[in-house]
Amino acid sequence: MQSTIYNFQDLTGSVDSTFLSWFGTTGALIAELVLVGIVFLAFYALLGLFLVYLERKVCAVIQNRYGPNRVGPLGLFQTVADLIKLLMKELIPIRRSDKFLFNLAPFIVIIASFMAIAATPFARGLQAVDLNIGVFYVMAVSSLGVVGILIAGWSSNSKYSLIGAMRSGAQIVSYELSVGLSLLAIVTFAGTMQLSGIVESQADGWWIFKGHIPAIIAFIIFLIASTAEINRGPFDLAEAESELTAGFHTEYSGIKFAFFFLAEYINMFIVAAIGATVFLGGWMPFHIGSWDAFNHVMDFIPSMVWFFLKAFFIIYIIMWFKWTFPRLRIDQLLTLEWKYLMPLSLINIIIIAFIVLMGWHF
Amino acid sequence: MSEEIIKDVIIGESEDYIINMGPQHPSTHGVLRLEVCLQGETVKYLIPHVGYIHRGIEKMCEANTYPQIIHLTDRMDYLSAHMNNEAVCLCVENALQIEVPEKVKYVRTILSELNRLASHQLWWSAFGMDLGALTTFFYGLRDRELILDIFEESFGSRLLHSFNTPGGLMHDIHPNFQTRVKEFITYFRQKLPEYDQLLTGNVIFEQRAKGVGVMSKETAIAYGVTGPSGRGSAFSCDLRKHAPYSAYDKVQFNEILYTEGDTFARYKVRMDEMWESMNIIEQLVDNIPDDGFSAKMKPIIKLPAGEYFQRVETARGEFAVFIVSDGDKKPYRIKFRSPNFSNLFVMNELAKGGKIADLIAISGSLDLVIPDIDR
Repeated sequence: MQSTIYNFQDLTGSVDSTFLSWFGTTGALIAELVLVGIVFLAFYALLGLFLVYLERKVCAVIQNRYGPNRVGPLGLFQTVADLIKLLMKELIPIRRSDKFLFNLAPFIVIIASFMAIAATPFARGLQAVDLNIGVFYVMAVSSLGVVGILIAGWSSNSKYSLIGAMRSGAQIVSYELSVGLSLLAIVTFAGTMQLSGIVESQADGWWIFKGHIPAIIAFIIFLIASTAEINRGPFDLAEAESELTAGFHTEYSGIKFAFFFLAEYINMFIVAAIGATVFLGGWMPFHIGSWDAFNHVMDFIPSMVWFFLKAFFIIYIIMWFKWTFPRLRIDQLLTLEWKYLMPLSLINIIIIAFIVLMGWHF
Repeated sequence: MSEEIIKDVIIGESEDYIINMGPQHPSTHGVLRLEVCLQGETVKYLIPHVGYIHRGIEKMCEANTYPQIIHLTDRMDYLSAHMNNEAVCLCVENALQIEVPEKVKYVRTILSELNRLASHQLWWSAFGMDLGALTTFFYGLRDRELILDIFEESFGSRLLHSFNTPGGLMHDIHPNFQTRVKEFITYFRQKLPEYDQLLTGNVIFEQRAKGVGVMSKETAIAYGVTGPSGRGSAFSCDLRKHAPYSAYDKVQFNEILYTEGDTFARYKVRMDEMWESMNIIEQLVDNIPDDGFSAKMKPIIKLPAGEYFQRVETARGEFAVFIVSDGDKKPYRIKFRSPNFSNLFVMNELAKGGKIADLIAISGSLDLVIPDIDR
């Protein structure tokens, strides 16, 4: 049915065979590794720059102001200028801080988000690694970032940073559960943990439509919990600029601060990508059951466009949250998770298991 | 408690976790330093330290003539600049037993209420920002800008408008003044419900504000907490009702009282006061009499020897001026009673036992202007 969707497997396959003919087996592997690395680095940097720009434009719309509009057309180069500024800023050493851990922390945070992006299916056949435990892997590596945040807060020799790190530890570890359970809902529906498999299973309709109300509940829980997990407003308690000045990254300056900043935005993209893949069909075009003519028309829109549209839709919702809601208090945050979201998602899982058992989903 | 604090802080035997909030912390709204003792995230006690902005305004006033003092009172509570001026002017006029023209009274009242509106708008913006809702800041400032534009057109300055002078006003009001004020009221009557939509009914906001920092009426009276902060605890202290000055005895308005005494009550008092301020302005702005903008004054103002006292209701509470005169053209001694000083020191009572995030909500709801605390 998806014969008209362009399959990037052809492109990657031809690259692979070219490298094989040039370098031999081991050489081709190394060359592909380097190529993928370069492509991801470039993508990562551009995405970070664009998301910062997007956030400023979205918040400007919500707050009745212009946003960046001076540097370049529509202010497009504003974030590039900001990046240059951050690169040139002095890295201030903190007295009596743990120097090694202090310098290590930004890298841990950024590596965690790098690893998560590796398994994301961007388009049909365009995926760096297609693990058979994709959902599980993404969950595991995306929660590594909290280690970096904790180390940053602890090694900064600042009380504000320490409070911020402790808050973020409690918050991310708690909300990881709800994220996991809501993803598990769709894993139950799809019957596979492989991200490409989950996307293929949505060829006749996305899970948010096919999975009845439980899927919608799971999606809402996923949105709330993942917003909390990536430390964004209204759950940005780890930074809490009005309470803790900047929380765990108070003492960081220049490019090290930019690393945290970048990781935050990339994490936002990752949860949006995972949400889009699992609930909204990833790169899969909008298909309805067996309406072949309609599905065929939809297939003409490239799969990459579908993926990024869905991801940015979720990113927009997350930004919208941030710019309208006040911030929660830490005890209210944990109450929300442990007393409401987690029990709800557990009940939801049971209902879904029942639906799948009876075969009531489409 | 105080002995414990002294022992803990000065001797330093305790293992308390003390952090300094300020003087450059974003939510202290100026150079306030709060020494906060925490247990985890729970506030055990806090000690406000003032003295970072000390300019010696009272001492400076004693070296200046009465018309010159006006320009110093602006700079204390710069968000209630007009009301501060009014207090000094009323005090001097009472001392000289001068009756100012009716027009002056009307204009002063309108400007006071406009200034109160501007102050409450900025408070609402900053309060939302303290709770993490940045959008409020832009909504509030968008509307405040229009009031400042009226001020700018009327007397050439936006924030520190020394428009009052003993005996009347510096000059006549701008011909556009009435139309622009009316335009603004029509506009703001539409925009104020937007504030409620954005913040008031929000679940997160209600959780953050309701039952947080409860101040009983007794505490409010004991600490001398006046203004909207006191009225949130059912402490009826509106001087516009209890000791009317200028044209406040000619208008109908309600004193807003809430009984809960928590952050949400203090919030609601200010939100309702904005409606009342608009009512007051609407009652006055069409009926400004035209009988001159100043009483006849001598070129050099000398107060007869004696003690004079005048209080007014600023946006943050009761502002009072006490002048001791020895018959000279300068005051022998001048003392200001600023509302923020009392409002700040009740914070320990309110924040004790709460979370550090509550402390921010409480300090936001008290609407502190730091230069007013330490003159």
